[in-house]
Amino acid sequence: MIPLSWYLLLSAALFSVGLFGVLARRNAIAVLMGVELMLNAVNINLIAFWRYLTPDRSVGLAWAVFVLTVAAAEAAAGLALIISVYRNRDSVDVEELDTLKN
Amino acid sequence: MSQQIIFFILAAITLTSAIAVVTMRNLFHAALALMVSFLGVAGIYVLLEAGFMGMAQLLVYIGAISILIIFAVMMTRRMMQTRETPFNAQTLAALVGTLITMAILFVVIGRLYPLAPTTEIPLGAAPQVDPAIIGSSIDQLGRAFVGANAYVLPFEVASVLLLAALVGSIIIAWPRSGEEDNL
Amino acid sequence: MNMIIDLLKSLISLSLGDFIRRNFGTGPGTELLIDIGGVVILSTFCLLIVIFLIWLTRKLVARMQDRIGPNRVGGRYGLLQTVADVVKLLSKELIHPSGADWLSYNAAPILTVMAALLVWAVMPFAPGVIGVDLNIGVFYIMAISSISVVVLLLAGWGSNNKYALLGAFRAVAQMVSYEVPMMLALLVPVILARTMSTKGIIDAQNLPFILFAPVSALIFYISTLAETGRTPFDLLEAESEIVAGFHIEYGGMKFGMFFLAEFVNTLFWSGMFVTLYLGGYRIFGLENWVGGDGYPYGRLIGLIAFFAKTFFMYFVYDWIRGTLPRVRVDQILNFNWKFMVPLSLVLIFFVALVDKFIPDTAGTVTRMAIHLTLNLVIAAATLEFLRRRGRQFRQEMSGGDGPGGRETLYPDDHGHGAAHEAPAHSDHGDMPLGGREPIAVPLH
Repeated sequence: MIPLSWYLLLSAALFSVGLFGVLARRNAIAVLMGVELMLNAVNINLIAFWRYLTPDRSVGLAWAVFVLTVAAAEAAAGLALIISVYRNRDSVDVEELDTLKN
Repeated sequence: MSQQIIFFILAAITLTSAIAVVTMRNLFHAALALMVSFLGVAGIYVLLEAGFMGMAQLLVYIGAISILIIFAVMMTRRMMQTRETPFNAQTLAALVGTLITMAILFVVIGRLYPLAPTTEIPLGAAPQVDPAIIGSSIDQLGRAFVGANAYVLPFEVASVLLLAALVGSIIIAWPRSGEEDNL
Repeated sequence: MNMIIDLLKSLISLSLGDFIRRNFGTGPGTELLIDIGGVVILSTFCLLIVIFLIWLTRKLVARMQDRIGPNRVGGRYGLLQTVADVVKLLSKELIHPSGADWLSYNAAPILTVMAALLVWAVMPFAPGVIGVDLNIGVFYIMAISSISVVVLLLAGWGSNNKYALLGAFRAVAQMVSYEVPMMLALLVPVILARTMSTKGIIDAQNLPFILFAPVSALIFYISTLAETGRTPFDLLEAESEIVAGFHIEYGGMKFGMFFLAEFVNTLFWSGMFVTLYLGGYRIFGLENWVGGDGYPYGRLIGLIAFFAKTFFMYFVYDWIRGTLPRVRVDQILNFNWKFMVPLSLVLIFFVALVDKFIPDTAGTVTRMAIHLTLNLVIAAATLEFLRRRGRQFRQEMSGGDGPGGRETLYPDDHGHGAAHEAPAHSDHGDMPLGGREPIAVPLH
């Protein structure tokens, strides 16, 4: 007896929390954690719509699995980049990584 | 009724640990809170009768990505990192922007979909489907992944993507000669 | 009086759930009661059987090492030794290491036991006696096993100890690596049975799957040896190695919980091996026998068969422990990534391919024969490949045909640079096997 909108509200709230993490955190790894939260929120959205609108087709489920896969690949590549940046500049603080600034 | 209680508990767990992730100073604790929020999300999937997705979430996110994040946290530690504030210079703007985004999303969702639990209006409650359909959803998913007029191409491309991520991550994170990790 | 006889018969035939439903209705309250009762019984069983398992392991390993094992506490066979151990562990001081992260340090033992107990929900003990018959049972097991990896990191980090952290890293590396061949080997019974449900896999085993896919069973067994951290892969917690690994700083009952979780895990994987490959509780159809008065007494027979097979597999685990030496961590990881993963990938590829080509009308025995042939072909090819590699490696090590062989009689410009300077006949007084330069070991 749970309306669809409750799942969507949860997903929106989780997405906003992840967005705040991406925009407001100093450590690059914390930014990546925010990105993972956003991807999870999107997945909740997809699965909720799958269950409520098309439970007999596999569109939503397949899409959510692909989002999961891409999130895993992106987390691995992003963390490898962060480790490489740390080795070169001895810092993962996004305030200090500003060589592209004027 | 019991479903609603479970939903509230899971939503509370997920959102509380998500807020903990983005506000904690100690990164290791933030990674642990991230794991708890992944657990909450897996519970939501099980509540939505997508058990396969819930187990995949546990397997991939908690069993692999969280460990990756913890390893990265340990490899990029600095001496004095726990004394600074965890937020950067644009925190206030980020907070305002996030709250506005959340408000807009809430208003849009509230207008588009009914908020009260009821079985009369469609989307007011989960549609009663034959449990056999939900039970065969994995079977259908499997067929969709290899069916020629379904998602076989994205499936194969995803495997190439994973291969590229695997090889690329190893090469990027390979220490050059003379470098060491401060584990 | 009738109810008491009913209760007794239900107990013997393992159908207490039906008994409760018959006498107290089938509302949600009774279902909840049955579920909670089942959880309590299962958890208590798992925790209590460890007492027997620890004694069994100590006695077995002792006998294999030509000694007697516990024989003082509780009679000639030391039956109460584990109870004495538990009392000792309970009475130890609860240490709090300085600088330890309180939450991680204390949560790790609890979460380990939790993960070890959660997987028992899908273990089929007898027909109709299963915690919950998930249609993704095997996948559920994989997911919970991967959670127990995270717990190791918690333990290692929370101890605030360099060696605990290093031990935790090695343990995580080993466990995460061996999950890959385990999952691939687990997929073979799923393909053969066309379902991921554990009960479904048992129902599909008219002939035990170990006859269909012995190579896959072997890969699965070796992977579970590494997953539970048993010898020969018990580098993680060996006292002579990195000082007991990630649970250095744990004393008393917290260490007891890690210990308990290892034994519960081992018994679980023994049971899972039995379910996947040995036919679970099946024993020539006897487990389906329903008595004349309507009680399924066959369930008791199935339970006994299941436990007999499971304890046999547990005995094999202890047998390996008493027999094989410990393997080095880089050898463990090499073995996994360079041998097990390619082999299991090849295996699953061919099993899926061959299974698709077998016509549906073929009987079970035909299917088994085809799959067994395929497995034997793959095993023979692997052994031949290994044999050739071994021969190549041996030749590199000894400079061609061994000491005093063709090389010294007919030297040519082969390998280690100094062979052509050795005279054709042996007049090296003090070097009986021929004066050869030190062998350059091929680094790999």
